[in-house]
Amino acid sequence: MIDAPSASVSSRPRRVGQWLLVVRPLLRNAKARTGVAIFLFFGLVALLAPILSPYNPHLTIFAPGASPSAAHWLGTTQSGQDILSQMIWGTRQPLEIALGAGLLTTLIAVGIGISAGLFGGVYDEILMLITNIFLILPGLVVVIVISSYLSSANNLMISLVITVTSWPWGARVLRAQTLNLKSKDFVKAAIVAGEMRFRLAFFEVLPNMTSLVASNFFFTCLYAVVTAASLQFLGLGNINTVSWGSILYWANNSQALMIGAWWWFVPPGLAIGLLGAAFALINFGIDELTNPRLRREAK
Amino acid sequence: MAPSPSPSGRRNGSGAVPPRCEGRGLPSHAMKYLLRRVLFYLVAFWATITLNFFLPRLMPGNPAEALMSKFGGRLNPLALHAIAIAFGLNVHESLWTQYGQYLVQVMHGNLGTSLTFYPASVFSVIAAALPWTLGLVGLSTVISFALGIGIGALSAWRHGGRFDTFMSTFFTFTYAFPYFWIALTFLYVVGFLWGALPLSGAYTTGLIPGLSWSFVLNVLRHGILPAFTIVFTSLGYWAVNMRNTMITTLSEDYVVMAEAKGLTLRQILIGYAGRNAILPNITGFAMSLGFIVAGAILTEIVFSYPGIGYLLFQAVQQEDYPLIQGILLIVAFAVLAANFVADLMYSLLDPRVTIGESQ
Repeated sequence: MIDAPSASVSSRPRRVGQWLLVVRPLLRNAKARTGVAIFLFFGLVALLAPILSPYNPHLTIFAPGASPSAAHWLGTTQSGQDILSQMIWGTRQPLEIALGAGLLTTLIAVGIGISAGLFGGVYDEILMLITNIFLILPGLVVVIVISSYLSSANNLMISLVITVTSWPWGARVLRAQTLNLKSKDFVKAAIVAGEMRFRLAFFEVLPNMTSLVASNFFFTCLYAVVTAASLQFLGLGNINTVSWGSILYWANNSQALMIGAWWWFVPPGLAIGLLGAAFALINFGIDELTNPRLRREAK
Repeated sequence: MAPSPSPSGRRNGSGAVPPRCEGRGLPSHAMKYLLRRVLFYLVAFWATITLNFFLPRLMPGNPAEALMSKFGGRLNPLALHAIAIAFGLNVHESLWTQYGQYLVQVMHGNLGTSLTFYPASVFSVIAAALPWTLGLVGLSTVISFALGIGIGALSAWRHGGRFDTFMSTFFTFTYAFPYFWIALTFLYVVGFLWGALPLSGAYTTGLIPGLSWSFVLNVLRHGILPAFTIVFTSLGYWAVNMRNTMITTLSEDYVVMAEAKGLTLRQILIGYAGRNAILPNITGFAMSLGFIVAGAILTEIVFSYPGIGYLLFQAVQQEDYPLIQGILLIVAFAVLAANFVADLMYSLLDPRVTIGESQ
């Protein structure tokens, strides 16, 4: 798992087409392809929400608690909102939070991991001490506690809170890989040649851990989707915005299951699970790509 | 990277194992390693206390101010003073004096007074909830670990086969689905539709807790559904980890050797590959023991199970900040203690870690 793609370690990587080098084999992997397809589907739904949504998700003018029908494919809530419209508009928040937290986490993990590995010494010791402390703090508890101090949180704030608990894992893995690369000839050569540290980090080290960085990104997305939904479900995000998690919050608050309103409760859960699974599948695909032993044996 | 068997070193304590301290059970480098770890955990605990102190102060608008006006008439001055110290409302004193006072309070085990369960102390409220969580989540974690390791090892043996493909797909989804949603679904189907098991709580309200047979049975009946949910959602983690380490281990030369010798599947799986593949999972297990205290927050909330997770939920809903702070501290302490146990176990099981660390 720690090994970088063997093709790019031994020789200096080609910079042009670097991304194609990663993306093309990834799409050849069945798991990753499924994951990408699910992700693109939700992405489209989120983008086209104003067109796709049959009604305004906030409107409370419909017959309350109605089961699925031609007019309301997924029925209505106890207060007479169209659930399909809520589901469609509710796609945006989980996606925004997942990508936001994924991006923030990856930036911090890359920054701390590579610099600690490259510079070493006291700088490395201190950064790793902080990383290890954050690593063993129980994530969900910290997230819940911080959110409880915030009176109401927007998407950016939720992403930030999730980032606080998710960056150390990546930082540690990327530092280990940096140390590994530092002992390779091409990095040693670059150091001897007097390359600037900035250049060293971004042109020698970073391109050789693309798969680790990507894996870290998608793992964080998965974690963020589930965590954000949990926060919303507990009423700790902003329950007045429309999202899958807040639909579940209101469904649970109105005892949706006890009155048999499965159409209110099942779709958001399935959607969260599917989006999470999409990120997990992409990650498994990357894992199989970089660790050939995990690949299915040819038959 | 994969652990290799070193019969000479591990079995009879000669050869590869470095010299031991005189009259001591552990080699000197292991002591040095453990000392380093103890130091780390002390620093980590101090950092958690510090974080706990500064978090509410960093938030936009001090949350405690709203709290003081809410509870102002109902609490006695002593409790108000304690909250003032904990949340920095005492404007006469500098931040550092407040910090010092807070450290002293925590060191004396004084976590303040709970507002929700006033006048009970935070410490006693947490102490009452802790056994429920330890029992429920502890037992489920052990079951989940044992099952997951077994399934993972089998998946790895026939990897790419039908069992493996089914399990991998299945776990991808249990891993991605939100716990609370799965818990609610079980609650609805088993508890509500079938009426087979109780819906909430740890025992029927009105029963007097004691060691009577009927009470124990009642507690067990209430525990089945939440425990099943925890096992169901956490099984995949162990199975996937074990599968992946096992696949790596199975391709080692000594496993091929065992196969060539004509040993049975059972012998190879348990005695050869399993022993080595389980190593990293044991550390994971010890670490997860720390997360037991906090690990099932959502399950506890869904089933209104009176453990630490449900307590945290109540505290958050009531804006009981002293209780929230207290729970964070206790949970962090549990995690640190369990991690230390994990370090201890690993240095005993795999002496190589201590050598690597001291060099």
